[in-house]
Amino acid sequence: MKPPPFEYHAPESLDEAVALLAAHGDECRPLAGGQSLVPLLNFRLARPAHLVDLNWADGFPGIEAGPSGLSIGAMVRQRRAERSPEVQAGCPLLVDALSLIGHPAIRNRGTVGGSIAHADPAAELPAVALALDAELVARGPQGERTVGAGDFFVGHYSTALQPDECLVRVDLPPWPPGAGWSIQETARRHGDFAIAAAAAVVELDGAGTVARARVALAGVADRPVRATAAEEVLAGAVAGPEAIGAAAEQAAVGIDPPSDLHGSAAYRRHVVQVLVRRALESAAHRAEVPA
Amino acid sequence: MSEPTMRVRFSVNGAAREVTVEARKTLADVIREDLGLTGTHVGCEHGVCGACTVLVDGDPVRSCLMLGVQAGGSDIVTVEGVAGDGVMHPVQQAFWDSHSFQCGFCTPGFVITAYALLRDKPELTEADVRAELSGNLCRCTGYQSIVNGVLAAAERLQDAGKE
Repeated sequence: MKPPPFEYHAPESLDEAVALLAAHGDECRPLAGGQSLVPLLNFRLARPAHLVDLNWADGFPGIEAGPSGLSIGAMVRQRRAERSPEVQAGCPLLVDALSLIGHPAIRNRGTVGGSIAHADPAAELPAVALALDAELVARGPQGERTVGAGDFFVGHYSTALQPDECLVRVDLPPWPPGAGWSIQETARRHGDFAIAAAAAVVELDGAGTVARARVALAGVADRPVRATAAEEVLAGAVAGPEAIGAAAEQAAVGIDPPSDLHGSAAYRRHVVQVLVRRALESAAHRAEVPA
Repeated sequence: MSEPTMRVRFSVNGAAREVTVEARKTLADVIREDLGLTGTHVGCEHGVCGACTVLVDGDPVRSCLMLGVQAGGSDIVTVEGVAGDGVMHPVQQAFWDSHSFQCGFCTPGFVITAYALLRDKPELTEADVRAELSGNLCRCTGYQSIVNGVLAAAERLQDAGKE
């Protein structure tokens, strides 16, 4: 058998799951869709003494759309979110990002919350959560608390979640009317983790200039990062080739990407500039001047 | 000390089955070793190749990325469950006719994935086929004959539906 031995727990409720996480602490891993954790188990790169399978637990919310935005339960399968009319209407950037994760069979099991809590620095959903200022709601023994995406990702595969906490849902603010969006990535093969990725949202004001631009990058640091310098270049500008080119340049200057066997730091910096330019071009093209 | 085991009940290709397995055993290994259904092939064992794809409650999933115990209560369909009573499913027949396999190692995963695709989307384009099958690797055919096989199956199923 490939995975190392562990004690398997199948809690029937979220509260029971949290109690198990609290009881076993660092020795314990929660199992969501398993599309990242099970490979790590199969490689024996992860050797938890206890596995808490969240798939049997009641208490995780589904997908809810309302005036305060879109709320997606942590255990919602990626494929379900991708096909959900609420998500398609309420967060088109997320739909595009989901389509870049693995392959359909992976997304049939993989969950929205699992991908965010796993916090692979090259993964799409953490970057999207950051771009959209998502709020991540976790439950621990003391109850629920909310962490902004900007404070949630703290390093390689590392989040603000405590060992006894479980991500319960992802709250996304209302989609700004008329906002354009795009996510662009370069990967060795379709479905692979990104060598680098850029997610962008562009909102226009009544005059057709940029009211607000948001750019988040994956694969360039130990966590997803916002390209704030690029955002500042665009604010108040006409979203044309000049401003977009300057913003893309700023995005590439502002990062210190890693070198690995998939690409050198210089290559990643080049790729980021190209991806940010493409993402902003596409987002600006989709953006509508508010009526 | 022997490792604790768990009893798991599920439906496999329409029949109720029960196995007693270690919690860490992947569904792929349970299917092959405990259920004796060796049509499900195990390639990369980390979710990349798609050879181990089976249907769990109707959805194609990687059986190497699920634990057997997680499938308790589920309805599982493996490649052995695709054919009718001694008659190949149109997907299988079209694969045969279109030379959609050479060594055959990846074929069970492709058949299951194509079976689910044609069930969910009877009218499809070549782009749909390529997108849906993108998670299955074949190292022999170069994929063209597989895409042809799925498109041929789609056409036959459509024609059969019209009759």
